[in-house]
Amino acid sequence: MSNVPNDLKYAKSHEWVRDEEDGTVFVGITEHAQELLGDLVFVELPEVGDTVDAGSECAVVESVKAASDVYSPVSGEVIAINEALADAPETVNQDAFGDGWLFQVKLSAPAELDDLLDADAYSEVMESEEH
Amino acid sequence: MLIFEQSKSGRYAPAQSPLDKADLSSLPEQFRRKRSAALPEVSEMQAVRHYTRLSRKNFSIDTQFYPLGSCTMKYNPRACNSLASLPGLVSRHPEAPESHSQGFMACMYELQEMLREVTGMKAVSLSPAAGAQGEFAGVAMIRAYHEARGDSARCEILAPDAAHGTNPATAVMCGYKVREIPTGPDGDVDLEALKAVVGPQTAGIMLTNPSTLGVFDRKIEAIAKTVHEAGGLLYYDGANLNAILGKVRPGTMGFDVIHMNLHKTFSTPHGGGGPGAGPVGVSERLVPYLPVPMVTRDGDHYRWLTEQDCPESIGRLTAFAGNAGVLLRAYVYARMLGREGMPRVAEFSTLNANYMLKQLQSIGFQAAYPQRRATHEFIITLKKQARELGVNTMDFAKRLLDYGFHAPTTYFPLLVPECLLIEPTETEDKATLDGFIDAMGRILEEAKEDPEMVKGAPYTLPVKRLDDVKAARELDLAWRPGSN
Repeated sequence: MSNVPNDLKYAKSHEWVRDEEDGTVFVGITEHAQELLGDLVFVELPEVGDTVDAGSECAVVESVKAASDVYSPVSGEVIAINEALADAPETVNQDAFGDGWLFQVKLSAPAELDDLLDADAYSEVMESEEH
Repeated sequence: MLIFEQSKSGRYAPAQSPLDKADLSSLPEQFRRKRSAALPEVSEMQAVRHYTRLSRKNFSIDTQFYPLGSCTMKYNPRACNSLASLPGLVSRHPEAPESHSQGFMACMYELQEMLREVTGMKAVSLSPAAGAQGEFAGVAMIRAYHEARGDSARCEILAPDAAHGTNPATAVMCGYKVREIPTGPDGDVDLEALKAVVGPQTAGIMLTNPSTLGVFDRKIEAIAKTVHEAGGLLYYDGANLNAILGKVRPGTMGFDVIHMNLHKTFSTPHGGGGPGAGPVGVSERLVPYLPVPMVTRDGDHYRWLTEQDCPESIGRLTAFAGNAGVLLRAYVYARMLGREGMPRVAEFSTLNANYMLKQLQSIGFQAAYPQRRATHEFIITLKKQARELGVNTMDFAKRLLDYGFHAPTTYFPLLVPECLLIEPTETEDKATLDGFIDAMGRILEEAKEDPEMVKGAPYTLPVKRLDDVKAARELDLAWRPGSN
């Protein structure tokens, strides 16, 4: 079973959100998601300044098996992207919850954070997909 | 070794060289090469040996069982090729006048009619040169239909999450937004989810039935009714037509437009990027928008239908029928099968798939949809083996090569983890199917006894296990002098 840190929030579609408590969040894909995808070979990120909506596609992660859309778990403006992934997409495989973050969003609807899953609820989602 | 790497200045191959240098004096200066092309300079014998050696490395339907799910790699009868290669057909110039092309045009007309009949549509155009182009033509017609009615609010195309990736790509190419419809646990489209999202913004839905999950959507009539009542149209992706050929018609299911992959279902060689053929068929209301040219018959005379005859046509997709040979082979194939033969394609392709599914289940493999009968293809999931033995789908696929079988489709559809999508087609006999099942059983034993060995496969091919991650991260696609 993959690691699911307690201090993060999660979306069913396997993204995580780290609340910086300054009106911004970091977004990435979970360890479970990178395990399913296998070795990443390419990451396509939104651009700084883009507006993202909760539940909308805003990035693509591509492995040797598949290309998968990443959905933004929150709405707001992209204020930073992880540019290091352009040369080292494998960082997402190595450290999905840390250096493998994808982008940072300035929240336009902070209440959306309450709709996301906590670690226990996300673990249940992973388990139900197992069966 | 590439042919370029064998090049030595001054060598040449008389048999492969043009007899005379063409006179280029009529070609404007700006279109002429400044330097000669960087072609390899090799002897005739080197060229023959090089390409013969390459052909012997080919893993193909002519040499091996090729159960590549979703691709319908069936045997291509040689009669199709020999008849399509008759001198009168091969030598016909694409701009030859109608009076010199009546035989070819008669074949095309009859092919249009046979495809129309077997799919239950109102009319067929052979114009699209591949499946993707057929999809594009299909959705472009849906767009033309709504626009002609002034119904410009329709901005969404629906596609199930099991769809081929080309479906959403096509919708986007035609200027639509894509909305994904979930699949239920039994593999059918989630009808309630569909009902929740259709509306005045719905331009249409793109469906493959049987779906990529290898099951026939039993609720297709309710799906058609739901989409039609919302004012949308139904697009049928013909990828899996082989399973239902002559048994049930997409027109009867309620579809408004269909593309057919002749290079799959109608048995012309495919793979490696073409050429293919992706004719489109339509219901009554889309007839005016069919792409040109098409062939019509006035009495005993066949003639081309062009933009003048079909002013509302979405237009041309290619300048010439460069894939005329594919269309002719498909025509011969359809004629050889006839009305009696077509249902037998569906019967034996589904029988073969269901036989393999049951046999593989009986030796310990897990079906992705065990409660469903397979169509012409089926999915097994190796997630149990991956978890318990550390041997995954890719390892099984590579090891199958050592047993002399082309691997089935791996890791597609994306909905099913660690999956193999297996499509035997109707052209294989029971002994071949049993050979494949036996190999899968042996690999399962090997995975238990010596997982590291399976993870290192293949061992018997010209190339060993490739580092596909490195290959994708460090793309190296073009050869340059001095690059190796």
